[in-house]
Amino acid sequence: MHELGIVFYIIRDVKKAAQEHGVEHVSAVVMNIGEVSTIVPEYLTDCWRWAADKEELLRGCELKIEPIPAVTHCDGCGKEYPTVAHGKICPHCGSEKTWLLRGNEVEIKEIVVPQSC
Amino acid sequence: MENVKIIEIKKSVFENNDRAADELRGELKNRGVFLLNLMSSPGSGKTTTLIQTINRLKDKIRIAVMEADIDSDVDAIKIKEATGVESIQLHTGGMCHLDAEMTKQGLNNVSMEQADLVILENVGNLVCPAEFDTGAVKNAMILSVPEGHDKPLKYPLMFSICDVVVINKIDVLPYFDFDMEKCKEYIHMRNPKATVIPICAKTGEGVDVFAEWLLNEVSEWKR
Repeated sequence: MHELGIVFYIIRDVKKAAQEHGVEHVSAVVMNIGEVSTIVPEYLTDCWRWAADKEELLRGCELKIEPIPAVTHCDGCGKEYPTVAHGKICPHCGSEKTWLLRGNEVEIKEIVVPQSC
Repeated sequence: MENVKIIEIKKSVFENNDRAADELRGELKNRGVFLLNLMSSPGSGKTTTLIQTINRLKDKIRIAVMEADIDSDVDAIKIKEATGVESIQLHTGGMCHLDAEMTKQGLNNVSMEQADLVILENVGNLVCPAEFDTGAVKNAMILSVPEGHDKPLKYPLMFSICDVVVINKIDVLPYFDFDMEKCKEYIHMRNPKATVIPICAKTGEGVDVFAEWLLNEVSEWKR
């Protein structure tokens, strides 16, 4: 359910971008999805298939996902570490004063448009 | 032969919604209406808490309620019957949250010129509503004792965006391994500024504190 809502947002933004660029068909949409963004990539692509095929502009259009690994920064020792493996507590110094550096992205990176030549 | 062109977008999916939410907040400020976004898991006692709170405030300020659910209008009817305030039902059509645009459309059906406070009861869910700014002035959430004190660790985003966390069903504390101090600690780890208010909506214990918090926020906003 969550992913379907996100898919509607992606479709709206892609349609807008396509209109601005005078594009009639999009063959792929590339997403940057952070590892801890709460998006399940498989659900997102499933929902995408269902919703995108209802749109003339996006019929058969593929949703490609480029994952962004989550990285946490520790204020205690200044080091960085992989979030998923270690969570909130810094594996280097044991501090709890940590914050997410990246990995929360839900971003449309680019769209791919076929060109006949 | 077919070639492709790549158009770079580099844009967060939430960007448009964030902008729409800011615009809605601006409009609410101009009209002197305070919008509270109330979130929680299903079954945490949102509707009962609302009824108790509204009954303490309805003689002091004008209140309207928007109930958001995937289906049914049982909550809107319950609120209207128990408090007498204007209560409308929004259906999200299968969506697990409300966004700023849906909230704005909902507000069009509320008599805004006759309200100081509009309470939006969001869909019961701790994940999705946290990601979509509704345009509300403040975010509140209810965590109930049976859900466990570890929820701030499991749903960090929800707790980090809430201005107030109401801990409901404290009457059953003796029967659960719920550690109130640990819970407060976890909430403040995510969000040092969050106000935490333990209540029991059923008996009314602590509801005065929440009502007082809300009343202060509303008068602050209308100043």
